[in-house]
Amino acid sequence: MPEMSTEAIAACNKTRNPFTGAEADAVAVKVADLSKKYGDAAVLKNVTFDVRPGEIFVIMGPSGSGKSVLLRHIAGLDSPTSGTVTVDGKDPTLEATREHVRVALVFQAGALFNSLSVYDNLALYPREHRSGSEKDIRVKVMHALKILSVENTADQFPSQLSGGMKKRVSIARALVMEPQLLLYDEPTSELDPVMSATISEIIATLKNEYSVTSIVVTHDRALALTISDRVGILMAGKLISLGTPDELKKSKDPRIVDFLNPTIDVKHPRFKELETHDHDQS
Amino acid sequence: MNQLNAILEGVGSVVQLLLRSVSYAGTLPKQWGRFIEQCYMIGYTTLPIVAILSFFIGTVLALEAGYAMQDFGAKEFIGSLVGLSMARELGPMMTAVLLAGRVGSAIAAELASMKVYQEIDALTTMNIPAAKILVLPRLAAVLVMMPVLIIISNIVGWFGGSVVARYVSYVGIGPEAYFAALRHYTKFKDVMNGMAKAEVFGFVVVLVSCDIGLNTKGGPREIGAAVTRAVVVSLILILVLDYFVTKVLM
Repeated sequence: MPEMSTEAIAACNKTRNPFTGAEADAVAVKVADLSKKYGDAAVLKNVTFDVRPGEIFVIMGPSGSGKSVLLRHIAGLDSPTSGTVTVDGKDPTLEATREHVRVALVFQAGALFNSLSVYDNLALYPREHRSGSEKDIRVKVMHALKILSVENTADQFPSQLSGGMKKRVSIARALVMEPQLLLYDEPTSELDPVMSATISEIIATLKNEYSVTSIVVTHDRALALTISDRVGILMAGKLISLGTPDELKKSKDPRIVDFLNPTIDVKHPRFKELETHDHDQS
Repeated sequence: MNQLNAILEGVGSVVQLLLRSVSYAGTLPKQWGRFIEQCYMIGYTTLPIVAILSFFIGTVLALEAGYAMQDFGAKEFIGSLVGLSMARELGPMMTAVLLAGRVGSAIAAELASMKVYQEIDALTTMNIPAAKILVLPRLAAVLVMMPVLIIISNIVGWFGGSVVARYVSYVGIGPEAYFAALRHYTKFKDVMNGMAKAEVFGFVVVLVSCDIGLNTKGGPREIGAAVTRAVVVSLILILVLDYFVTKVLM
């Protein structure tokens, strides 16, 4: 696996760029005062930030803080209750935007098409959009599978794959789309440490060599602090911090310090403190 | 009031899905594989149960008609009764009911599962409309396969009636007399009317099942609920439409 990622991508670049066409520019994302409510529950509260073209922007935060919902808004899968999201200056929920800007989303659970083989999962996008002959598509698909070390699964169905393999196939499917904006929802969850590092390298390679704008929702501290340009911390639907990894490491905000460097204290466990806190309040 | 809103929303959603699907009609020749696959699912896999059911509907019709008509000396007309009943009403109606139970439920389950497990979202981000690759081939396939199913249903049902007419002692009508009456009273127009009905029923069953599947929200439990809803709504629509389509075709 390790010998193929960067080299293989670079080699392919000599013939045809496998990810972004030469004419395609990386896109910017602008989120302004974004709020989202489901019934009475406010999931996102006035979230505002910009993602620059070609940047790796990481969104971190505790479970249930609204990270995946935010990503769905950027992908155009949800509409805001108030505020705006634009991708390359356009509304991502519109079909016209998707025709002009290629946005790929790597879903947390993979979202592979269960009725199709792995190969057909990857070939669906180029086939539907008529990008190349069947022979070109095969080359592209097999190359993407090879980058993620899952070329042996081409003839298998998603139900036959482990969780980690599904994740890798899902990333490979996103790469085949040659995206200008790549959104990752927990790309390294369920992966072993080496594969997590490989995925981080692939995300960084796509930025360095092909200027793909990447937005990564993750709990992976190593990924966030190593390859990102900027990191946003989302807590309870609010963006409480936005800065470079270095700025984040120097932060004195106890919420961020505790989130990034949680200590394990078996004598004073957090859940007991929370129970005491709840009891006192009631 | 909420129920009325839900019904109107449902109608609006189905109409929107229909318009979206029809707008991709030009892509159908490029979706030949999907179309054939759906023809197989809708037509070939439904055929055995349609044939079995139609055979026994024909036999029961002949049996009941023979029993009732023997007192009037009108047993010679059994062929016409079975022929007209199968062609105009029971063939299309029962085939549509089977389609709702077998195909409609399968479509709703598949699309609901795709929605719950974010496969539909994945299609959206790929800019591949679900209406184009999931709904359109199914609608086209049902329009092609329903007439085939109806022809087979009619023939098998007529044959079932002739078997009973010949071998049940109190009926005792030979195949020649049975089919002569059938041919005399069952016109080509009757068969075509039945087919038109079946086309409407089949199209509505598939469209409604697709819409319910694609609008499923929640988790695995909602997949089961979507299947039940698709079958129930399809059956109600078949019965309601049956009256209006029959009235129009009279």
